[in-house]
Order: sequence, then C-alpha cells, then structure tokens
Amino acid sequence: MNSLTKEGICPMYSPKIIEHFQNPRKAGKIPDADGIATIAEGCGDIFRFYVKIRNNRLEKVGYEVKGCPVAIACCSMTATLAEGKSLADAMMITNEVVEKALGGLPPEKKHCSNLAADALYEAIQDYLYKRALAGNTAPAASGDDWRYMYLPRDVPDSKGNRR
Amino acid sequence: MIYLDHAATTPLHPEVAAVMYDVMQKCYGNPSTTYTIGREARELLENARKQVADLICAQPEEIIFTSGGTESDFLALWGVVCSHKEQGSKKGRGSHIITSSIEHHAVLNNSANLAKYLDCTVTYLPVDGDGLIDPADVKQAIRSDTTLISIMHANNEIGTIEPIEEIASIAREEGVPFHIDAVQTVGHIPVDVNKLGVDLLSLSGHKFYGPKGVGALYVRQGTPFTSLLQGGGQERGYRSGTENLPGIVGLGKAAVIAQRDMEKEQQRLEKLRDALIKGIEEQIPGARLNGHRTKRLPHNVNFAFPNIEGESLLLGLDLQGIAVSSGSACSTGSEEPSHVLRALGGLPDQYLNGAIRMTLGRSNTEEDITTVIEALATLVKKLNQLFSS
Ligand SMILES: Cc1ncc(COP(=O)(O)O)c(C=O)c1O
Ligand code: FES
Repeated sequence: MNSLTKEGICPMYSPKIIEHFQNPRKAGKIPDADGIATIAEGCGDIFRFYVKIRNNRLEKVGYEVKGCPVAIACCSMTATLAEGKSLADAMMITNEVVEKALGGLPPEKKHCSNLAADALYEAIQDYLYKRALAGNTAPAASGDDWRYMYLPRDVPDSKGNRR
Repeated sequence: MIYLDHAATTPLHPEVAAVMYDVMQKCYGNPSTTYTIGREARELLENARKQVADLICAQPEEIIFTSGGTESDFLALWGVVCSHKEQGSKKGRGSHIITSSIEHHAVLNNSANLAKYLDCTVTYLPVDGDGLIDPADVKQAIRSDTTLISIMHANNEIGTIEPIEEIASIAREEGVPFHIDAVQTVGHIPVDVNKLGVDLLSLSGHKFYGPKGVGALYVRQGTPFTSLLQGGGQERGYRSGTENLPGIVGLGKAAVIAQRDMEKEQQRLEKLRDALIKGIEEQIPGARLNGHRTKRLPHNVNFAFPNIEGESLLLGLDLQGIAVSSGSACSTGSEEPSHVLRALGGLPDQYLNGAIRMTLGRSNTEEDITTVIEALATLVKKLNQLFSS
C-alpha cells in the first residue's frame, strides 16, 4: 500500500512537500524584524513572513503559518530560497517558482496554499515602505535601483508582470 | 499501521471473507431461478435476510437488500415521498420533510433533490453544542403536510447518539413515517426497531466488518413506501436487479458476528475511547472534544485543536503509520469546514478547520491508545510552534 501512495500514484503530495512538511526550515517569528506581512486569504490559512535586512540583503527570513501540509511546505521552501538573497532577487521569487521547487502542487491546492512567496514579497515591501516613511527615499546603490523603493502592490515589475 | 478510521470503513472480518469466497466460487445460481442451484442461491439469500433482520429485531420480510447506506437513504426518502405523491390527498399528507442539519450527505443531498425535483419543502433542525437534536423541535416542525422525518441514529463525525425513541413517539403520535440512518450504529450498539419505534432504517455492511457495496433498508410493514428501481422485480419488487449474493451472504455473516460479539466489544471500545479522550485532554492544552461525552458511539473520538489544520494532523500522523480522518478536507480549495462542526455553533473559528476524528475498532489495543496520544501530543506541539497567535 505504501508503495502505491509513495510512488506518486496518489498525486496529493510530492516527496519534497512531505519532506518540508516534516522538517520545516527557518520557521518562527523574528522579534526585531525589519519587515512583516500577513496574508490570510482563501480558506482560513494564515501566512506571515518576517524579514531581517542588512545591506539590501535578506539576512534572515522567518515565518508563521497556520495551514495544510502544502501551505507549510510552501513557507519552508520560500524561506529557504529567499534567505541570503538580495532584495531584488528575493522579490523575483514567485509562487510559481516555489511550486516548481517543490516538484509541483496538487491542482486543487494551487490558489490557497501557495501564498508564501506573496507574503514574503509583502514583507519586503513593508520594509521598503517603513524605510520610505523614515525619509529614506534614495534608491540603494545597485543595478536594480528602482526595486529598492517601496512599490504599491500592483506596480508592474521589470517584465511588466503585475503581482 | 494503527487504523483509527473505522467509521469510514472496516476491514472484512476473516469469517465473512471465508463465506463470501465460498459463495463466489460455488454458488453462481440466480436466486430467481427454480432449478437446484437457483434454489440453493435463494436459500442463502433468505438465510442472510433473516440474519440481518435478527440483528435489528425486524421481520425478514421487512428487509430490502441494497448497495449500501447511500442507496438505503435514497430509497427511504424517495420511496416514502413518492408513495405520498401517489396517494395524493387521500392521506392528507403533502411533501414536507423534516431532517437535521448534521445528517450524512446521502440524506442532506437527497432531501435537497426532493426539493428540487418534486417541490418538497425541507426543514433542517438545528442541534445543540453537543450535536443533540431536541425532540421538542421535531414536534414543533411537524405540519399537516409533513411526509417524512429522517434523523440519523448516531452522527458519523462526532459520534453523538440522537434521542431516537423520543422522536419516534412524537412521529407516531402525529402519524408521520420516521426514517433513521443507522449506518453508524448497527453492529456496534444494540438496535431494535421496535424498541426505537422507527419505520425505516438504513444500514451498511462495510461499517461493521462486512463487505463494501452492500447494505439494507428496513421498512416496517404498513409504511407508505413505493418502489423506485424497476426491473425484474427482485426484493419483492422494491429493489430490482439480480442480487449481489456474495455480498449479501457476507452482510448476513457480519450481522451474526456483530450480534455475537457486541456486548464484549462495545465495552472494550468504550474503555479505549474514554482512555483516549482522557489522555488527549490531559496532555494537549486547548484540545476540545466534539460531540456528546456520554451519549456517544463506543468507538468515536473527535477533537478540535486551535490554529492547526486537520489535514496537517492527518498527514503528520499518517507519516507515523496512524490513519485518522480530518473533519474538513480542503480538496476543493475552498476549504469548507465540516457542516457538522459548523452546525454545533459556538465552536470558535480557530477550531473549525482543526478537527480530527479517530474511530476505534477490533484491531485496536490499549497500547495503540498510548502510542496515539503520544504521537498526537508531539505533533500538536510541533504544529503549534509554527503559529503563535
Ligand atoms: C451516517 C452515514 N450514512 C450513510 C453512509 C453511506 O454509506 P455507504 O458508504 O454504504 O453508501 C455513511 C458512510 O459513509 C454514513 O456514515
Ligand atoms: S491552504 Fe487551503 S488547503 Fe492549504
């Protein structure tokens, strides 16, 4: 029976989802976070991301999640992908990137379980917004200057995609 | 594996499997034929009918074999309503159905279909915080055109046993046929159609160690009831179709075994159930028992945990070889919390998605209970750490 369910005849959970669900990476809140965002859409699940930023890099990423196994795995994968990246690169992590990294998601889970990357993006935006409020509107020195400014959610990214 | 989902289905009892195998191999005759092997098949069929009737203290003529609980519920609802339609105003009854908000979907959705296709009106009675229906509500809901009352004997999710006898005496006083969905009780606790005073009763084989895809509908003699499945006229015309003989013989055998072992098994399971409840309440802060504490199926335990999703508990236990059921499956993506938990009212929102049901059975031991409590306590702690407010 195990071989039936584990070899992928049951399409529910990929081995990677199960692995991240069992051992979620980087879970937990960051008390002195620079940016925080919560997404609670869809089915009652809650995704909350924390970012600690240093020199325009995600020095630390943490999260809290209340949700199904897929939601937990998405948070774990998102945090794993994001930590250590520059803000610009981290903002390029989309839900689709997370899905691919997990080896695919069950179709019925796609829209409500896969919101971790959105929450991360919003947490980075929260940091940029707070920075702007504090009067620091100067783009950081980097090739991706414009990305280091606060962007309301529906401003298109460099490829013209709206989030 | 520790199997804790006996309310979903049970394994086939080895003695049941043995008789079924025998019938499958040796008795291929059609019970409607009159030569020797047909007559042999007929004898097996009628013997099984008597065995099932005995389990619920009915007469064999009052048993109609079906394909399971769903079909029994369907036939009961449609059969009674259509019979009233047939008799028209003669009986002075119309097309009002009374049921509850915590029924199995076989009753809920068939009631909805009767509303849709036959213009029935349906009253869905509320339940209290423990899932109990108030017989006074039934009395109040009865109208001059009430055709049928359909209430489940015990709820499949939270295990609460409804006050069937009291409702039955009200139904009888008012002359309204009374159907119960006893899929979760038959074979587990004593069910006597006369003591309960019901007119129709649904049961299903695979819930008490019998085969899947076979069940029965009890219809008390004299109950307004019409046949829906037309064809060769089997089951006294009430359910046409060549009988599933191996299944029916298996159902009969399961009935005999259930009756034989009931008292002992019921007591044993009640003890295990209470130990499981006690262990969880002692070791897991915030755990909330769903369903009535004592008016409860001997094998049902249902708990909700705040800020945790049932599906995560289910998978977390599954990965440790423990099979349980979660109250809500977010398979649709819209994550509908169970209609039963919702109907209980008063259950705080953060509990709605976090229910799991553990239903015990023959294979479970005291040791299993200890293992499960420990595994669950550890898992809840771990998942709680993922979310703090
Ligand atoms: C209360 C109740 N009614 C009806 C059914 C349906 O029975 P079956 O699976 O035999 O169609 C079930 C089982 O799922 C049940 O628990
Ligand atoms: S978040 Fe809805 S199912 Fe995972």
